[in-house]
Amino acid sequence: MTTTTQDPGIAAASARSSRPKRSLPPMTPKLATGLLIAGGITLFGIIAPFFVGDPSQVNNVGLAGPADGFILGTTQTGQDVFAQLAYATRGSLTVGLIVGVLTLFLSAFFGIIGAYFGGWLDESFSLFTNVMLVIPGLPLVIIISSYVPEKSILLVSVVLAITGWAGSARVLRGFTLSVRNRDYVAAARVSGEKPWRILGVEILPNLIPLLASQVVFAVIFAILGEAGLSFLGLGAADSFTWGTMLYFAQNGLALRLGAWWWFVPPGLLIALFGAALALINFSIDEIINPKLRSQTRATRRSWKLSKAELRAATKEDVL
Amino acid sequence: MKYILQKLGFYLVAFWAALTVNFFLPRLLPGNPVDIMLAKLAQRGPVTPEAREAVELLLGTNTQAPLVVQYWQYLGKLFTLDLGTSVAFFPASVTDIIGQTLPWTVGLIGIATVISFVLGVGLGMLAGWKRGSWLDNLIPVTTMLQSVPYFWLALILLFVLGGMWDLFPLNGGYNVYEVSPGWNWAFIGSVIYYGTLPALTIVISSVGGWMLGMRNMMVSTLSDDYILTAEAKGLRPMRIMTTYAARNAVLPSVAGFAISLGFVVAGSIVTEAVFSYPGIGSALLNAVGSNDYSLMQGLFLVITLSVLGANLLVDLLYSIIDPRTRARN
Repeated sequence: MTTTTQDPGIAAASARSSRPKRSLPPMTPKLATGLLIAGGITLFGIIAPFFVGDPSQVNNVGLAGPADGFILGTTQTGQDVFAQLAYATRGSLTVGLIVGVLTLFLSAFFGIIGAYFGGWLDESFSLFTNVMLVIPGLPLVIIISSYVPEKSILLVSVVLAITGWAGSARVLRGFTLSVRNRDYVAAARVSGEKPWRILGVEILPNLIPLLASQVVFAVIFAILGEAGLSFLGLGAADSFTWGTMLYFAQNGLALRLGAWWWFVPPGLLIALFGAALALINFSIDEIINPKLRSQTRATRRSWKLSKAELRAATKEDVL
Repeated sequence: MKYILQKLGFYLVAFWAALTVNFFLPRLLPGNPVDIMLAKLAQRGPVTPEAREAVELLLGTNTQAPLVVQYWQYLGKLFTLDLGTSVAFFPASVTDIIGQTLPWTVGLIGIATVISFVLGVGLGMLAGWKRGSWLDNLIPVTTMLQSVPYFWLALILLFVLGGMWDLFPLNGGYNVYEVSPGWNWAFIGSVIYYGTLPALTIVISSVGGWMLGMRNMMVSTLSDDYILTAEAKGLRPMRIMTTYAARNAVLPSVAGFAISLGFVVAGSIVTEAVFSYPGIGSALLNAVGSNDYSLMQGLFLVITLSVLGANLLVDLLYSIIDPRTRARN
């Protein structure tokens, strides 16, 4: 399925190495596809809005299919779907970015720092994380956003981040606990390094792959969460995101009226972007857990005896 | 025993935290329920000061008592199960509405989740066992299904299977015209018929996650030494797969099941919105739509309580199937 140039031993070593250059994942087809799609969509979101017309402009050709003037047809009120899609991509990616960064900070703070210093700090941080984890997120988000009448993209993102960081923090805590007990950390401590230096220079580099994968998850979660929230009519209704596009498409009976060009593209872009990020995450996972890499399979296969060999071996045993 | 007490203690703290969030959120957030409601009323005509008083009385925000006192009153009311009266479904009490809607959600979402879990873990086991097989190569596809927005997929399936081909009903929990609720076969059959499509969409969109998780754990477990020993002993592959590898590989999935329960309830809101299913999610959306704050608080409470309860149950179960969790303490 995949071919890589490193053997598992080196990969494991490079994941452990503190030099970030070597912990970059090897360029597999999976990773390349993921980066290509995610990069393409990101570029579309950054550049396209400069070239398309006003997404809110109303025309008198409503619900027209894809044709010359409009690449992706028009909405019920004659707005250009392609222009909306461009702005929506930008909006949704902004949500993903904000939530990703916030999740990174929140989960690193509560997950890594607590686990490293231990004691009551760890106890309280871990209790807080676990409580946040079991309190159901979406209902909380719905209730919070129902109290705030004017919602911006920023607010929706902050709410999504607050309700979504706990899972990552728990994963990070588990891994930090195992890293801090390794011998080289103890050696650093004995040699008198300051706690912050140990945390930043000795421990953090080991956590980079894990942090990266958690952030990627957070971005997927955020984009899907925002879409769900907008679909329920509780998102940032004034701005363009994939979610609000779908909301207006659903309210305009896009499917019932056969206007697939209005309903399908935003959902498809979400799915593509999510799938691309998932592919990137697979590659990161293979660094974190070298057992998942395909070489291990090849190595294991070479250990296995063929049926004939097995028969010969058992025969010898019997003899 | 100590483990059980610890867990009980944790969930008590979590429950208290949820109660407190539930109490302070409306009071700390910028939007004031009274103002929001009055703004809606003002669209229909001028609002008199009496109307404002009436709304304040209705929402229970007319007291001048300090927050701490209100907090104690709130906790006291909870223990007597007095959650107030619903505005959206006046004059039904919040407790009544919860009682009516909860069984629908638990039935539909609960069964769909269990099916998805069993199916995903089973398929993941097979995929991890035979790496590189067609089933294993199917995993990226199912994971992609997971990045499809759930409601988008559900709406398309609803449109195709319900609208174009007319295989399934478009909305509702049972056929309101022909059967009446009760323990008879006609009603149960109707419920199953109406629940199949929602359940199907839930299974399709969530099975991939279980598959991937189980497959990865299975792969990790299979490279452990004791599996090699088992192979060397000449045990049948079937036995190695089920009792040696899968039994240990399934543990994180079981733990994940507990965490996912929270997302299940969350997802139910969207499911019920798409299918107009008469469950707790629809009630929550109704409450949000009509600014029914006591119903919102009550539903949030019930959702939290059921998620916490399910988590506690899985935690206790986990301590039985994996003795190491008890030993660690």
